[in-house]
Amino acid sequence: MKKFVNDPADVLAEALIGIQAIHPELRIDTENRVILRAEPTRPGKVALVSGGGSGHEPMHGGFVGRGMLDAAAAGEVFTSPTPDQVLAATQAADSGAGVLHIVKNYTGDVLNFEMAAELAEAEGVRVASVVVADDVAVQDSTYTAGRRGVGTTVVLEKIVGALAEEGADLDAVAVLARRVADSGRSMGVALTSCTVPAAGRPTFELPEDEMEVGVGIHGEPGRSRVPLASAREVARMLVDPIVHDFGDPVGPAIVLLSGLGATPLIEQYLLYGEIAPLLADAGVDVQRVLVGDYITSLDMAGASLTVVKADDEMLRLWDAPVVTPGLRWGA
Amino acid sequence: MTGAVSTADLVTWIRAFRDAVQQHKEELTALDSAIGDADHGSNLARGMDAVVAKLDTVPASPAELFKTVGMTLVSSVGGASGPLYGTLFLRMGPALATEGTVDAAALGAALRAGVEGVVARGKAEPGDKTMIDALLPALNAWDAAGDDLAAAARAAADAAAAGRDATEPLVARKGRASYLGDRSAGHVDPGAASSTLLIEALAATVAA
Repeated sequence: MKKFVNDPADVLAEALIGIQAIHPELRIDTENRVILRAEPTRPGKVALVSGGGSGHEPMHGGFVGRGMLDAAAAGEVFTSPTPDQVLAATQAADSGAGVLHIVKNYTGDVLNFEMAAELAEAEGVRVASVVVADDVAVQDSTYTAGRRGVGTTVVLEKIVGALAEEGADLDAVAVLARRVADSGRSMGVALTSCTVPAAGRPTFELPEDEMEVGVGIHGEPGRSRVPLASAREVARMLVDPIVHDFGDPVGPAIVLLSGLGATPLIEQYLLYGEIAPLLADAGVDVQRVLVGDYITSLDMAGASLTVVKADDEMLRLWDAPVVTPGLRWGA
Repeated sequence: MTGAVSTADLVTWIRAFRDAVQQHKEELTALDSAIGDADHGSNLARGMDAVVAKLDTVPASPAELFKTVGMTLVSSVGGASGPLYGTLFLRMGPALATEGTVDAAALGAALRAGVEGVVARGKAEPGDKTMIDALLPALNAWDAAGDDLAAAARAAADAAAAGRDATEPLVARKGRASYLGDRSAGHVDPGAASSTLLIEALAATVAA
């Protein structure tokens, strides 16, 4: 393992020290491993709290700031935060107007946020939750854990963060959050595995001439392993399942192509160049697009495509000012 | 002997479980690498170290002990295993008397309450390729073994191991392994493996 680490057990704690040094506009609760805005939540503003395992940076801590999240609880690498951490984030962020929990659909995240919401409500904090489950690589069924939450989370945090900033109440914020969650679909592909620092070696072996299709963001193997394909073919592997899953014509949309950590931007640009005409052919009217490392999987090489059907209100909120380490415009 | 255990004996069990998790940490993580996200061994080891650190003085009762174990796991592990193992112990406590020793029937009932808590929280069913596939057979074997504590625990540990091994061909329907679909078959479930260590540690403790 070649990584910038001291002791693998200290990776998260030491990364938080770095984040604090870079971002004086954020406040780090080092005991609870919570990243907050330095300014307390404005009275009357609904707070947005997310969190999850670390290793997906800039998500989630990098999306704390004006126009997006109020606090994020950082779990160990690929491990959801504990209920205590989420409770600490929830209590610190609440201004009295209530808190929206934004949860990615993984068993651990759902269980820990559920327990935290029960604890917060016992302390008198109103909590609503939205679960993002947008990964079309996973066949959905009431008998399984359901789809994973991936890129739609970032789009949701941006759009719903803007609505909360405008002063909407908790019910309205939660309704929009569920609408965005229902409007997004994602699909990922990996060229390599990744190395969890505490494990010290790649999570799985992937030969030079093969790739994993339908991966998530935790270095886990995907739905299938196929021979390494050209960017043109990969673009189709990403676009087709998403379009097929929407079924109905998509129309106006916000599109996110995120690198998974070890894929250079030049390859992401090239890949998006292949994706754009396929989306157009499939009736996706791309209104806004983000390409870059927004939701990563440590040092995995690969990419994840997200398409979110967007109406005028969602586009307006998307364009509203945002000032966070990971997304910044209009301010 | 028919037998009963004291709170100190149960602390010995918890310590033995910690030692087993430490000893098998790499193996649990390797199982999790195959069908999950490569952290089950290190997460559970971290949680059990935190638990053992709180047991320098023996708690006042078995109920106190299990509450401490459960709260500590929930607070220190994260992931799915934190709430699930935490719930197992948190539900065991109230099922036990607040003082005195614990016999086979009482410990079996407490384990059943714990496992029912895990089922309620995780919503897994038998055959979903989860820790339940080791724990439910263990409970049934325990109850069938009668009132000899060592015999009940031995039977439970053997049944847990058999249940663990039987997860290998299963296709996961819960947890992160479920994302692999059919590719999750051919691997033992890491949660079933660590649950077997838990029951095996109990069998070793009460046999000693």
